[in-house]
Amino acid sequence: MKFFNTALFFLCSLLFSELVAQNNGMATVKGGVYLPLYGAADKTVKVDPFMMDVYPVTNADFLRFVKENPQWKKSNIKRLFADESYLTKWTTDENFSGLPNAPATNVSWFAAKKYCECQGKRLPKMDEWEFAAMANENVPDARKVESYNQYILNWYETPKTFNKTVGSTFKNYWGIYDLHGLVWEWTQDFNTVLISGESRKDVDKDSNLFCGSAAIGASDLMNYAAFMRYAFRGSMKARYSSQNLGFRCAKNLEN
Amino acid sequence: MKNFKYLLIVLSLFAISCNDTSKKDTEITAENTSENSTDSKISDMSIYNLPSHWTTQDGNEIELKQLQGKVLVMVMIYTSCQAACPRLVADMRNIEKQIPDDEKSDVEYVFVSIDPKTDTPERLTAFAKENKMEDNKWLFLRGSEEDTREFAAVLAVNYKQISPMDFSHSNIISVFNKAGELAHQQEGLGVDNKETVQAIIDLTK
Repeated sequence: MKFFNTALFFLCSLLFSELVAQNNGMATVKGGVYLPLYGAADKTVKVDPFMMDVYPVTNADFLRFVKENPQWKKSNIKRLFADESYLTKWTTDENFSGLPNAPATNVSWFAAKKYCECQGKRLPKMDEWEFAAMANENVPDARKVESYNQYILNWYETPKTFNKTVGSTFKNYWGIYDLHGLVWEWTQDFNTVLISGESRKDVDKDSNLFCGSAAIGASDLMNYAAFMRYAFRGSMKARYSSQNLGFRCAKNLEN
Repeated sequence: MKNFKYLLIVLSLFAISCNDTSKKDTEITAENTSENSTDSKISDMSIYNLPSHWTTQDGNEIELKQLQGKVLVMVMIYTSCQAACPRLVADMRNIEKQIPDDEKSDVEYVFVSIDPKTDTPERLTAFAKENKMEDNKWLFLRGSEEDTREFAAVLAVNYKQISPMDFSHSNIISVFNKAGELAHQQEGLGVDNKETVQAIIDLTK
């Protein structure tokens, strides 16, 4: 009888942990109003409450995804959806390089989008991502905190942080890890960034972006850090992938 | 023994939750296989791989696949646009004029709205009428916001809403061959379109 009790307890806790795990992997971001570096006509943006993965998607996660969805394997992927650098460091279709719990990188926007859809989630919108990423350990908007900006800029200068495991940076105000410090991340609407001065000569010039970056002053360290992200997004195409670029998923807050 | 019953209940619960996921997986795989079999003739780089659905100016639902066999000249616009779009529309018309009569019927000119909220089929029809583009060869499409974003990603067109009435966007005219593969892109407004015209003529052959 005792055995059954133990087994029962064990199974219950397994079941419980499985149920919890589905939400446990995500944190709620309460949303609010913020002024993005690069926004809609220099106005504040309202971000509705949403849920975001606590960690970036890992190599092990992505392996599971390609096993379940073989058309997204390295050798099967349609070139429309990813260029040659897709999963470039994977030695075979089912062998990633690096640690299982390091962030999955060299993933195209299409693949990241599909991954999230298969989890019943979606990619975070750029404003959601930026909103969540304003937080440091203690406050939801740390953009004026010097140590926060210094941390990001130090990271930009550190090579190969994509080899680190997820969770190795700080847990922010919302309970989310690794928004800064490991890899850059895809957003749903990364292609809203319009920058002239790159090879795409014809797009409307966004002077806000460049004015923001040109200023020098205490509060502009934050603009510089953000500017780098926007510039990077502006340079990406949806088929491209990069070893510095991973992703995580988000979803609307359930009622 | 009572405990044993509980154990069974718990076990079955566990099994259900596992089944749910595996069932979903098989559905996904099944969907993919059927996709693969119907798409066997569609090449890797073809936009006909996109599963998106669109509504035309006449209110018809179409998939891009249905355009297979035509050379497509595509541009992303929005009808309330004051600045660049009229010039893009003029560029499209200018290109169309230069295509020889024998080839005209092989080419479809497609305008995809980046403002699907405003650009209803009625609005698109009105826009087509205003611009004297009521012939069959002018196709105006509107999709979900997500499909539009995805399609823009394929064309490498960037856009964002900068006010309720206004969008900022790349000015790119893209030419696709009959298999739906991107063959040529013209960037900019009022640029010399000789190359684009030549590309279209070559592709109709």
